[in-house]
Amino acid sequence: MKRSLKTGASVIALSLVAGAAMAGGHDGPLKVGVLATLEGTYTALGEDGVRGIRTALAQAGDVAGGREIELIIQSTDTSPDSAVRGARKLVEQDGVDIVLGPLSGSEGIAIRDYSKTQPGVTFINGISGAMETTYVEPSENFFRFNTDGAQWSAGLGDYIYNEKGYETIATVGEDYSFVYTQVFGLVTEFCAAGGEVTERLWVPLGTKDFGSIIAALPDDVDAIYVGLGGGDAVNFLNQYQQAGGDANLIGGSIMVDGTVLNSKGDAKNALIGTPSSGPQADTWDDPGWQEYVKAYQDTFPPEERFPSPSLLATGYYNATSAMLQCMDTVGGDLTDGQVGFRDCLTNLTLDAPNGTITLDGNRQAIGTNFVSEVVEDDNGNLVTQLVAMKENVNQTLGIDPDAFAAIGLPSRDTPACQSSY
Amino acid sequence: MREFSRRHPVWAGVVALAVLILLYLIFAIWPEWLSDAIGSKKIFLNALFNGITLGGLYFLVASGFTLIFGLMRNVNLAHGSLYLLGGYIGFFVADWTGFWLLAFPVSFIIVGLLGVLMQIFVFRRMEGQDLRQTLVTIGISIVVADLMLWGFGGDFYNISPPSWLSGPMETNLITSQRVRNSGEVVTTYLKYPMVRIVIFAASVAIGVAMWLVLNRTRIGMLVRAGVDDRDMLSATGARIQLVFVGVFFFGAGLAGLAGVVGATFQSAAPGEDVRFLLASLVVVIVGGMGSIPGAALGALLIGLAEQFGSVYFPTYAVVLTFLIMVVVLAFRPQGLLGR
Repeated sequence: MKRSLKTGASVIALSLVAGAAMAGGHDGPLKVGVLATLEGTYTALGEDGVRGIRTALAQAGDVAGGREIELIIQSTDTSPDSAVRGARKLVEQDGVDIVLGPLSGSEGIAIRDYSKTQPGVTFINGISGAMETTYVEPSENFFRFNTDGAQWSAGLGDYIYNEKGYETIATVGEDYSFVYTQVFGLVTEFCAAGGEVTERLWVPLGTKDFGSIIAALPDDVDAIYVGLGGGDAVNFLNQYQQAGGDANLIGGSIMVDGTVLNSKGDAKNALIGTPSSGPQADTWDDPGWQEYVKAYQDTFPPEERFPSPSLLATGYYNATSAMLQCMDTVGGDLTDGQVGFRDCLTNLTLDAPNGTITLDGNRQAIGTNFVSEVVEDDNGNLVTQLVAMKENVNQTLGIDPDAFAAIGLPSRDTPACQSSY
Repeated sequence: MREFSRRHPVWAGVVALAVLILLYLIFAIWPEWLSDAIGSKKIFLNALFNGITLGGLYFLVASGFTLIFGLMRNVNLAHGSLYLLGGYIGFFVADWTGFWLLAFPVSFIIVGLLGVLMQIFVFRRMEGQDLRQTLVTIGISIVVADLMLWGFGGDFYNISPPSWLSGPMETNLITSQRVRNSGEVVTTYLKYPMVRIVIFAASVAIGVAMWLVLNRTRIGMLVRAGVDDRDMLSATGARIQLVFVGVFFFGAGLAGLAGVVGATFQSAAPGEDVRFLLASLVVVIVGGMGSIPGAALGALLIGLAEQFGSVYFPTYAVVLTFLIMVVVLAFRPQGLLGR
């Protein structure tokens, strides 16, 4: 009797506590869903993206606007339908308030469309970088605090033409929206500088045997731009070395990134000296960047992370930081269709580790871009070293918006190589 | 062969013509109109040889798969996981000891033993229930894939071949010849990755050895008899369970071996298991379930289709292998060399 009384009392006490939490509305834990590629070719990339989120959350003590954060991580596999399936699960089943993600280009386009059907939820892009995601029919509740693939190419075309002296190049890349966007940025700048792109080869995402592609690479060009990522990049480099390839390489942003530069084996050594560009340079001496690298290193033991954060980690870190800052601004209040929270995001000036980021009218980031070269550091790790910087890169790459629209959307052979746009 | 040409004179003529054209394409110096029409000879030769060597790798994976199916009627959908595990084991053995060659026997034995455990503790308990066994292998593959992701992470593991194997090798095949203004003739020879040649030679050797064992030894006789009629074989007093365990060991071991090969000229990473499972399924469906020569033929076809597809029509390269499978299923559902 006594025992059952005690049990009854604790049940009542527990339900009272729970009731109080429910009644408070925006006082309960904040449910945040995460979309990241934790399976398939881009597994290593997705894992580091999640590390970026955890780094930001650890700095904030897992609290945003006074509310505890409950993270729900959902894996995708770079395909648009896996991203939509994951997002549906997070929104419709778990009932999250905010989604961070996705990671890969075509996933981003699919999530933009999905976000339009869920006006009650705010989507903050992880690091997906296809241009169309925010440039075509942007969604009111989809925010992107990373620059896109074309912006990541800013400064590279100029650098390889004027500094490296490459006059003709060919490109090889994975056949999907993000790499189209990257090549778009490269071609517009490189061709305007006076260079010529003779050939563009495309391979399916997830290609493992590059033997024949490598043989088909033209040998009458000054350099070859390689826009591959994850396992595809490692396989390409491995087989490129075995085939005795010795052309000058130019790297795409996720080709010359911590995820590839830290792979196991010798394949990555083919990248030493390769110029590339992207939203960060590993060895930048800016104090804000150094502080962020240290936070990343302190959050995880050395065997569970890369020596320094990859651009995927940085992207997710920035998205999380933006969320945390705005949650603090509105005091954790997401009522009224999250209107205050979204106002804050729209007008936020994010003091990110990789330079100041603001959003344009399409909720697309305007930020800094970094041109770098791969070097071996004192510990024998491969890292990217800053050689040039370009600030305030907007989505139209400094081209007049009407002229930019006339170029067309990135695809296998758009843009054409012209001396002016 | 003579029998075949007497029975099908037209087909024999077509095959002979195809072989002649192929030999011409390989050895002749291409005239200009040919290069203009289908690209340089270098690209063609590389696609051809890459297709054959890739076929060698597919054969290693698929032969174990088809052997297990042929004898035990067990569609082992965990075969891809065994392949990937072999790759990881190979990486660590090669990394710790520094001997690339040592990775092969170690992977073969460890993965083979795992196959034995699967046979003894799982499949023997549900013998004769094909569907149940197949479903269980799906379960095992999912569990093993997650365990490997947990243990090895999402990183890409790439085994470095020893220095005598890395880099390209000069061959005697001429890819192009041009006359310079000075009258000097410049001849370019094909350079081909050494490691791929060695790997192909090794898979041919394994294939031949397997054929010899199956057709010329007592053990092979037992296995073949088991493939034909399992019940009759056990009725004659053969220790069929022992044969099952042996075949499972060998088939799984081959997958592990192939994993080392795959991690050397491609890389080991999550997702590879499914890719190679799919590849070996397509290979054995095309070649004929349970037939070793069928697996060799299927692997060659699929390897060539992938490589030629990736160069000559990249957009549809992915579809091509499945197109072959559909055509084979439509006209010869038992597979090219199936019975």
